[in-house]
Amino acid sequence: MTEPLALYIHWPFCAAKCPYCDFNSHVRERIDQPRWRDALRRELAREAGRANGATGRRPLASIFFGGGTPSLMEPETVAALIADARALFEAPEDVEITLEANPTSVEAAKLAAFRAAGVNRLSLGVQSLEPEALRFLGRRHDVAQAIAALEAARALFPRLSFDLIYARPGQAEAAWRAELRRALALAADHLSLYQLTIEPGTRFATEYGRGAFRLPEEEEAARLYAATAEEAAGFGLQPYEVSNYAKPGAESRHNLVYWRYGDYLGIGPGAHQRLGLGGALLAARRHRAPEEWLARVEREGHAVTEELALDPEERAREALLMGLRLAEGIDPARLLARSGRTLAEAVDPAMLAACLEEGYLAWTEPGSGTGRLVATEEGRLRLDAMLPVLLR
Amino acid sequence: MPDTPLDRIRNFSIIAHIDHGKSTLADRLIQTTGAVTAREMKEQLLDNMEIERERGITIKAQTVRLNYQAKDGQIYTLNLMDTPGHVDFAYEVSRSLAACEGSLLVVDASQGVEAQTLANVYQALDANHEIVPVLNKVDLPAAEPERVKQQIEDVIGLDASEAVEISAKTGLNIEGVLEAIVTRLPAPKGDPAATTKALLVDSWYDAYLGVVVLVRVKDGHLRKGQKIRMMSNGAAHTIEQVGVFTPKMAAVESLGPGEMGYVTAAIKTVADTNVGDTITDDRHPAAEPLPGFKPSIPVVWCGLYPVDADDFEKLRESLGKLRLNDSSFHYEAETSAALGFGYRCGFLGLLHLEIVQERLSREFDLDLIATAPSVVYKLTKTSGEKMDLHNPADMPDGSLIEAIEEPWIKATIMVPDDYLGAVLTLCNERRGQQVELTYVGSRAMAVYRLPLNEVVFDFYDRLKSVSRGYASFDYAMDGYEPGDLVKISILVNNEPVDALSFMAHRSAADRRGRAICEKLKELIPRQLFKIPIQAAIGGRVIARETISALSKDVTAKCYGGDITRKRKLLEKQKEGKKRMRQFGKVEIPQSAFIAALKMDA
Repeated sequence: MTEPLALYIHWPFCAAKCPYCDFNSHVRERIDQPRWRDALRRELAREAGRANGATGRRPLASIFFGGGTPSLMEPETVAALIADARALFEAPEDVEITLEANPTSVEAAKLAAFRAAGVNRLSLGVQSLEPEALRFLGRRHDVAQAIAALEAARALFPRLSFDLIYARPGQAEAAWRAELRRALALAADHLSLYQLTIEPGTRFATEYGRGAFRLPEEEEAARLYAATAEEAAGFGLQPYEVSNYAKPGAESRHNLVYWRYGDYLGIGPGAHQRLGLGGALLAARRHRAPEEWLARVEREGHAVTEELALDPEERAREALLMGLRLAEGIDPARLLARSGRTLAEAVDPAMLAACLEEGYLAWTEPGSGTGRLVATEEGRLRLDAMLPVLLR
Repeated sequence: MPDTPLDRIRNFSIIAHIDHGKSTLADRLIQTTGAVTAREMKEQLLDNMEIERERGITIKAQTVRLNYQAKDGQIYTLNLMDTPGHVDFAYEVSRSLAACEGSLLVVDASQGVEAQTLANVYQALDANHEIVPVLNKVDLPAAEPERVKQQIEDVIGLDASEAVEISAKTGLNIEGVLEAIVTRLPAPKGDPAATTKALLVDSWYDAYLGVVVLVRVKDGHLRKGQKIRMMSNGAAHTIEQVGVFTPKMAAVESLGPGEMGYVTAAIKTVADTNVGDTITDDRHPAAEPLPGFKPSIPVVWCGLYPVDADDFEKLRESLGKLRLNDSSFHYEAETSAALGFGYRCGFLGLLHLEIVQERLSREFDLDLIATAPSVVYKLTKTSGEKMDLHNPADMPDGSLIEAIEEPWIKATIMVPDDYLGAVLTLCNERRGQQVELTYVGSRAMAVYRLPLNEVVFDFYDRLKSVSRGYASFDYAMDGYEPGDLVKISILVNNEPVDALSFMAHRSAADRRGRAICEKLKELIPRQLFKIPIQAAIGGRVIARETISALSKDVTAKCYGGDITRKRKLLEKQKEGKKRMRQFGKVEIPQSAFIAALKMDA
């Protein structure tokens, strides 16, 4: 069976760089939208040709416009890319098409056009419902704009998600619970709730390094995490991944492809790709710098800078490090099919036993030997410490 | 070349506490007698090794031959013997002293007699030396020559009325020292016609000449081409070169009775030349060796491990090279679960240990970890079998042990009155038995018997800190005695960490066990599982700490692009774990053990 394909399209531009963000985003005064549209379409066509090969159109699992700030794209660019993808691949009518948007008034005004272009799921970068926090996070919108954008989006899109960043400096548990409850009441069926992380190379890294602010200690962060799950559950949202909460059936299908270690194409500057071709699993990445990416695509039809076939060990590691983030865990049969390694080969048996005993890992059907291996909530909370000792 | 007449030879050594001016006086004597030109003069002429110069200590014995025209008009050959000045080298010192007939006792005119001075004086008296007191630094404002003379008489029992007052630094009255050597020290005795008997004083390795052997001829001669025999092991060698130190090496035809010098005989390693051995003629061997020979026996042992496991081979080679020149230290390969591959090394004492460690890091550029030093215990098993134990890891099960004996020392501590109380408390804490407590002015001299294992465990540091650096300390080995000693094992995650186990007296076991558990708790980072840390005697836990599991460690955001980065990070972390030591399901960074051992030292 041909693996359904997720399609990621990266728009590398932002109106301003947020101090916590280490994504491949750039601020440019002018962007030649038609030229970028052509280049993205060209790279998509080239990559689709390779992915389909002689076997014909592959099924499409999802499309995701990420960034950067894809809500700064012209809606016709989005429409053209969606139309291309539907033509190039076998896509059901209701295929999940997500676009990330910021809740500024300018972008909110374009939401209807994006809906008309075919986007059926919106992911809003709200980040906080506290004015002071929005300033600290360097956001260009205020609380009223965020709520207005959410209401507009809810009316327009069948599916809606938004992001919040918590475990911020000095954030008390009670305050976070209250903020989260207000967010949950805004009736999204999906939330991405991230603890603030200091990424190297960001402005926050510099400020944090010189002691400008402090983050909650490990124990406090763990308490905030538990409180988050509790509040989300109160509104019927379950943590199906470390930082993602959804009502049943409302999970991000696109992101599930990553976590289930499926095939995905990554179009646009700096985008990563995993593509199964003729028994090999190819990992490709594209040039990160927007101008260089553009020049290469115009010259060669693509801007892939590196494409490597992953060996079974690497595949198994990737499948496990993604899969154990999910509440559903790892299906050993799928792991073997995808990586060529059995679970027993991929993990250290002594550490597996120790993690099972400690309650960090569990089998969904203990004793039967047919179930899935899942990281429990306690295990997911310590996944970064567990993986290096568990995986081989 | 005819022999120097015996009555024109004086062989002497210089006894002094560190910093009291031994090396400066030696330099001055060499200069005054013209053995070295002003251009060749550098400080501490005799201390060749970098460490010797830096610390002001002498590790290897050396001699220099001085020609001096005395006031009586005669030219005398004065052989200055520079001896190692530390208790670790007590045996080497005794052999150096046995090569001389007299000593200069150099005492700082403001500091007075120190513990180390005393120990060396007693050794010189044991060697039947005539001793000439020399007061140095009399030019300094703080000098109190009369008080120090009185002290020498009171403490040592030497007549100091004719002490030579000098300043080695300015050169004041160096002539007085030279005259005293000629007039007050006895000439050597010996029989030129008797069969060859020479004392092997010391030896060292020279890349060009092979082993250079420092000798004092007692009877007969040593000549180029002569076949000699080492009486301790029967090994025979043919002499290639005979010579004296001026202080440069200068070949001579032969060395006769009373003379000091060197021989080379294509000997490949100093392990073939035992300090204190008797060199005789191979064809006409002496019937009896000179008295006093003892093979060198290590007193303190510890494990040495390379911090970087890849340096093990380099450590092996370096130890081999070092041993070429120092046969008194011993080493054998050992493995530790915590520290990997390394060597168990035996030393003459703590200073010797420190010197070897320092030379390894300095001369061979090695980054080393040392385990806690251990003394040598004498065990009697219930089976009646006896064994020497110098590694706590080799300790048999308690039920198999009938008795344990531990080495004791006799320590002499001199300290200003103000700090005496603190020093006595320290000695009592360390199971010390007071032998003597006397006063010399405002300074007290405490003689204590102490178990050596209490001294190897941070005693120097504590002594220094409780006396603010004013206490001086010296010791001599003082036999073995039964002791209520136990092996304390440290268990991390219920597995023993061999490198951290140690022997202690039962009365100190709980305290020291607790201390190391607390220390490890601070040093070992929290990880996936909680980690129990225990100190135990046999199966009985005497101290326990728990490192709790970390409570949260997960990347918040992880999507498609992050996989590669996350996997590479993971692979790097796995690589990093090669430097970790596995204790069941727990991995402890080696750095934590290193830090624990460093804090112990």
